Amino acid sequence: MATLTTHPDCVPLVSYRFGKGATNIDKYLELDGYKSARKALELGPDAIIAEMKTSSLRGRGGAGFPTGMKWSFVPKQSARPKYVLVNGDESEPGTCKDRLIFEHDPHSVIEGVIIAALAIQAKMGFIYLRGEYRYLIEIMEKAVADAYAKGFLGKKILGSDIDLDVVVQTGAGAYEVGEESALMESLEGKRGVPRIRPPFPAVVGLYGGPTIINNAETIATVPHIFRIGAAEYAKLGTERNGGTRLFCLSGHLVRPGVYELPMGYNLKKMIYEVGGGIPNGKKLKAVVPGGSSTPVLLPEEIDIGMDFDQVGKAGSMLGSGGVVVLDETVCMVEFALRTMKFYQHESCGWCIPCREGTDWLKKSLTRLHEGGAVDKDIDNIRYLAENMLGRTFCPLGDAAAMPTIAFVKKFRKEFEDHLEGRGCPYHRAAQPEPALV
Amino acid sequence: MSTQPAQPGTIFSPTLAARFDRLVTLYPVKRSALVPMLLYAQDEIGYVSDAVIAEVAARIGITELDVRNVVSYYSLLRTKPAGKYHVQVCTNISCMLRGGNEILDHCKKKLGIPNKGVTPDGVFSLEEVECIGACSWGPAAQVNYAFHENLTPESMDQVLADYRAKAQNGGGK
Amino acid sequence: MADVTFTVDGKKLTAPAGTLLIEACRAHGIEIPAFCYYPGLSLQAACRMCVVRIEKVPKLQTACTTPVAEGMVVTTESPEIAQARKATIELLLGNHPLDCPVCDAGGECELQDMTFKYGAHESKFADIKNHRDEQQWSPVVFFDRPRCILCYRCVRVCGEGMDVWALGIQNRGSGSVIAPNQQDHLDCEECGMCIDICPVGALTSGAYRYKTRPWEMSHVGTVCTHCADGCKTTLGVRRASDGMEIVRGDNRDKSGINGDFLCIKGRYAFDFANRDDRLTKPLLRQPNGEFKPVPWDEAIEFAGKRLREIRDSRGGSSIGVIGSNRTTNEEAYLLQKFARTVLGTNNIDHHRTADYPAFAAALAGISDASLRDFASAKAVLLLGNDPTEQHPGLAWQLRTGVRLRGLHLYVANHQNIKLRRQAAAFLQIREGDYAPLIAYLAGNDSALDGNGEAKAFREAIRAEESLLIVFGAEFRGRDIEALVQFGSSLPSVKFACLGDYANSRGAADMGLYPDLLPGYIPITASAQFAQEYGPSLPSQPGLDLLQMFDAARRGELAALYIVGSNPVARYNLDPAALRNTFIIAQDLFLTETARLADVVFPAANLYEKSGTVTNTFGDLQLVRKAADRAGARTDFELIVRLAAAMGANVKQLVPFEHRGVRADMGQARGAQSGEADRHGVWLAAHHLEPKLSPFDPFAILDEMQRLIPAYNVPRLDLLVGNDQHSRSGPASGLVQIQTAAARRDLVLPSSDTLFTSGTLGRYSSTLSSVLESREPAETAAD
Ligand SMILES: Cc1cc2nc3c(=O)[nH]c(=O)nc-3n(C[C@H](O)[C@H](O)[C@H](O)COP(=O)(O)O)c2cc1C
Ligand code: SF4
Ligand code: FES
Repeated sequence: MATLTTHPDCVPLVSYRFGKGATNIDKYLELDGYKSARKALELGPDAIIAEMKTSSLRGRGGAGFPTGMKWSFVPKQSARPKYVLVNGDESEPGTCKDRLIFEHDPHSVIEGVIIAALAIQAKMGFIYLRGEYRYLIEIMEKAVADAYAKGFLGKKILGSDIDLDVVVQTGAGAYEVGEESALMESLEGKRGVPRIRPPFPAVVGLYGGPTIINNAETIATVPHIFRIGAAEYAKLGTERNGGTRLFCLSGHLVRPGVYELPMGYNLKKMIYEVGGGIPNGKKLKAVVPGGSSTPVLLPEEIDIGMDFDQVGKAGSMLGSGGVVVLDETVCMVEFALRTMKFYQHESCGWCIPCREGTDWLKKSLTRLHEGGAVDKDIDNIRYLAENMLGRTFCPLGDAAAMPTIAFVKKFRKEFEDHLEGRGCPYHRAAQPEPALV
Repeated sequence: MSTQPAQPGTIFSPTLAARFDRLVTLYPVKRSALVPMLLYAQDEIGYVSDAVIAEVAARIGITELDVRNVVSYYSLLRTKPAGKYHVQVCTNISCMLRGGNEILDHCKKKLGIPNKGVTPDGVFSLEEVECIGACSWGPAAQVNYAFHENLTPESMDQVLADYRAKAQNGGGK
Repeated sequence: MADVTFTVDGKKLTAPAGTLLIEACRAHGIEIPAFCYYPGLSLQAACRMCVVRIEKVPKLQTACTTPVAEGMVVTTESPEIAQARKATIELLLGNHPLDCPVCDAGGECELQDMTFKYGAHESKFADIKNHRDEQQWSPVVFFDRPRCILCYRCVRVCGEGMDVWALGIQNRGSGSVIAPNQQDHLDCEECGMCIDICPVGALTSGAYRYKTRPWEMSHVGTVCTHCADGCKTTLGVRRASDGMEIVRGDNRDKSGINGDFLCIKGRYAFDFANRDDRLTKPLLRQPNGEFKPVPWDEAIEFAGKRLREIRDSRGGSSIGVIGSNRTTNEEAYLLQKFARTVLGTNNIDHHRTADYPAFAAALAGISDASLRDFASAKAVLLLGNDPTEQHPGLAWQLRTGVRLRGLHLYVANHQNIKLRRQAAAFLQIREGDYAPLIAYLAGNDSALDGNGEAKAFREAIRAEESLLIVFGAEFRGRDIEALVQFGSSLPSVKFACLGDYANSRGAADMGLYPDLLPGYIPITASAQFAQEYGPSLPSQPGLDLLQMFDAARRGELAALYIVGSNPVARYNLDPAALRNTFIIAQDLFLTETARLADVVFPAANLYEKSGTVTNTFGDLQLVRKAADRAGARTDFELIVRLAAAMGANVKQLVPFEHRGVRADMGQARGAQSGEADRHGVWLAAHHLEPKLSPFDPFAILDEMQRLIPAYNVPRLDLLVGNDQHSRSGPASGLVQIQTAAARRDLVLPSSDTLFTSGTLGRYSSTLSSVLESREPAETAAD
């Protein structure tokens, strides 16, 4: 069982019910469950969206789009049914937070869906879980069944005359399916290839109907906003970055773990105090602040508040909240290679720059790391990444290009040290496959 | 196990067949059931066989080509049998920093198979996988769907030993 | 939609709002490169070649997905854009085999062209390319994976365009690959659209691959000889030791009435022309019953002499003539004129595949529908026939109309034909219920076992503001009359009648009937023709095809001249009937019929001659000589020579001294096998000036146009290769054709499928190999 880690600076808001047995609907109800949904029902669509705007909640999936604004884009009148789609595909390396929510507080996701559905007048919601999280399917399906049994879902929910169905869906292994339009394709039973935008999902989404797509944490946060009040919630964070967030600390830390901290929490403090600093007396070399797609920060760049705006100003992104910490023993070429290997493996293959670009970057980085590179390779790697940036069909290409550009820029010397004959100056060159016994 | 009678003309167990009957009714379009169906079918049959493809295509009313296009897209779906216990070791960045590669190499040596190999007795198969969402508890691996986290070579040995014992006792997945 | 004004590269342009930028630019001559974009197919935005800069938008945008908007300011070429495109090409070339010197697409490759334009000449990558062996997916489709740039055009054209859905995409990322529906092979209509649309050489054709280079061929746009849709096909020809050989059929410039489309026959089934077993020497039957190859002059003199003897001794009515569905209009016209004025007989007929005379009579001067009309039709009613198999070009137009223009297609058929999938309403009726259906549509409720479906069908049709009614050979005689009558009660309607071969309609229009002259003029009302042809024109209707065979059996048919037709096999006739008949057969192969002949003339096919043909919709098109085969001669030349050998006045038969246009005999491409020289020698020997020759099919066009008003289309348009819709029906309402009741129904539909084409189809190795490759699957099914 994956668990939350705590620290005195933590603010248990989304994690309020973690570890308290809230998978049980009675326990959930005991802990203020489904009260927010009732509140929202009384408020009605416009007031719900106004509250959401007040909360200044920004999407926890990566891009940080203001959630209230996203909901407000859904047209009031629509010939086709509207949908709420929860993105629980959680696949960004360095990120393992949504899993905790589904595991510990499945009803908060369902309640979030109810509020979102009330806001846009949708009659159907989907909760999409990545295939690897098979065990969560059982938890979620049970929670949904319980919610139906108690009248929170199904016909005339909460005693109103509103109907709402919720279906739990599983993926089957594909990072790209986390991208919102690919997610809809996957949910429609197709290959997880993104769609052309515009039209945006809020107007033409799932099955052609207006659809809001939110990260699982975003959705799970919604009932808590109504529980404590939108203004209260906003105050927890920084300007335009309301509330708290589940940060996933991983890598070279004494106390890695998932912590709920206020938006804008200082990164340096997060690493040295919350995460307990770098183990074995090693020095910090670099930090990937928001999942593998975000450009790496140098130790001198980490005295920043962890919100979308401040990290952006520092030249990186807050992303999915996955803070990956690297100590001085890490070979940056190997790290860049592993990162690229991921994107190469996960590119959907639709557009040329991403499909071919990730493949050639992986090949070049492999050669560089193994010591078979030629001089022009380093410039070539940067050239490739720069020519992918902003030219791909969906942001996956950018997600592969941005960190690569940063690695080459910030650690060029280390890349040069790998040139022909020299190989990896660190302990671990790529090892041959072990001989078979 | 449910006591439903076997459905004629299906390769699936009565429980799964019944589940599929329901699944296609849940969505505005039948096809939405495709990915879950394939994954659940694989869980039961062991892989997405030609017969699985044919039946799923028929159940949804699409061509086998359509099904294959989708099957081949998703990395969890395989068209060849794996071992009874499919060991999936994450080597992505967070796990790598904490020894994911070492765990993978250790498994290769221990099981005597390369990445994507299957042991001759069919008990284990091994695969290096991308991030499985256990970054803060890395290095991590999944055996079938069960997570094993904060691994060391020693604890990995124990994990493998437990599964081997389970296999010998005729245990399920 | 309203027009918007926007600026591209400094130029102010206008286009309807919503037009895609790439299309709007193309319409104004600004070419934006694209691999994945293809007009009429769903948008991909996958190749990223069409990126342009739009003012006030941070990133480069794909022109293929951006609709034009008022005030938009666009730059389509700049160093930034060139760099983006160059980088994309570099990425593609990274794994591209660069086997351009042997690749079929070399010289016709969009990747090559773009590389040339954007100069991605530097090798960026030191890594080894992924090699994969090429795969054969069907007799005609080969796939060379490393060359594929994954533009998905093939997948879309197969699915969206053809409604076949035989291609898919498997795996993901750099492992993505185009895959056929049967894992390692294709089960499809073998149309080759995927090959045609592939911008590189990833999909290549079994018929063409590794045979030649594009620039070594001459490319001649002509009309397909197979079905009656009359698709334009461009033949790639090159010199061979025995003439000009056809190496490729394709749809190069998409300028024909078929638009983007060609089916397997138009694309590959030209190969009968290159067969080794083609007739190339005249054959003369010897007393021992065997054929002996003889020189041309000997064969023609012999045949002419015998015909003359028979005519003079037993009268013209003892001679029969059977014409062809695949010769040109000029040849068909000449044949009937030869029969009537030289042989002195009205015993002339052909293998009828539709009841065109009844159709012409029923229309009585109303125009019928051109195939082009289907490209803009709002609603179509399809009665009978299975266009997917028998009129693939029409089927394409119907599918395209439904998909892109919201065409309402109504289908009534006794079978579950595939086009029901595009139909707004599909009504399945019993095979014998076509006539009752019309009565029902016309308002007779008791005509059809009226069910709700039929009622809704009728109401929907009646609610259409304009309708094209297209019907198959299920309708003949009175049924056609009834159908036209019903149609005329609707607000705006046009009709089309579906026959089967390249020039079945032309054969009918040209009067290959015992009772009808060109233009469906009854033989009994032939005053104008008598004036033109002279008094020798026999005034009584002759024998139809079956009557000729009956007469032969009775010993009353002394001679039979059969041009490009195989009635023995097609009508399953008893060869013994012809035992005492002198037979001259003109054909490409020694068919069941030719085998019975006393004299056999090796004939050229439609790809080896010039002239015009008329598709079943009445669209008149130019055929241009592309290929030739030493030894074979055009039917036109043979008829003239035969007439001359009979002592007829050739100038009377072919008024070649008038002003005319010289046919394209293919000289420019060397496709003549001495044809011009041969004509010159003959002319000199006959003291004629070799200015315009009697062998020039256009020498007779004036006369045709004069006598058949429907064919009086603008000559220039015709000659530059534009299809011209003939004004169908008899000259006017003046003459009443005897219809239905009085006529014998000899209509015998070909029942061809996509992979057969009458007798000719049997000689296509491609069609045969496709049929063979499908056999196991078909037997497995039952
Ligand atoms: C390649 C790619 C992968 C993504 N993966 C995820 C994911 O796993 N989970 C997620 O919530 N959002 C993911 N996103 C972001 C989604 O597209 C979308 O922005 C998000 O679900 C919106 O929710 P939010 O507004 O609540 O953040 C991904 C985006 C991209 C481009
Ligand atoms: S990018 Fe394209 S072809 Fe490409 S997407 Fe546009 S035109 Fe294409
Ligand atoms: S990096 Fe291994 S679980 Fe995320």
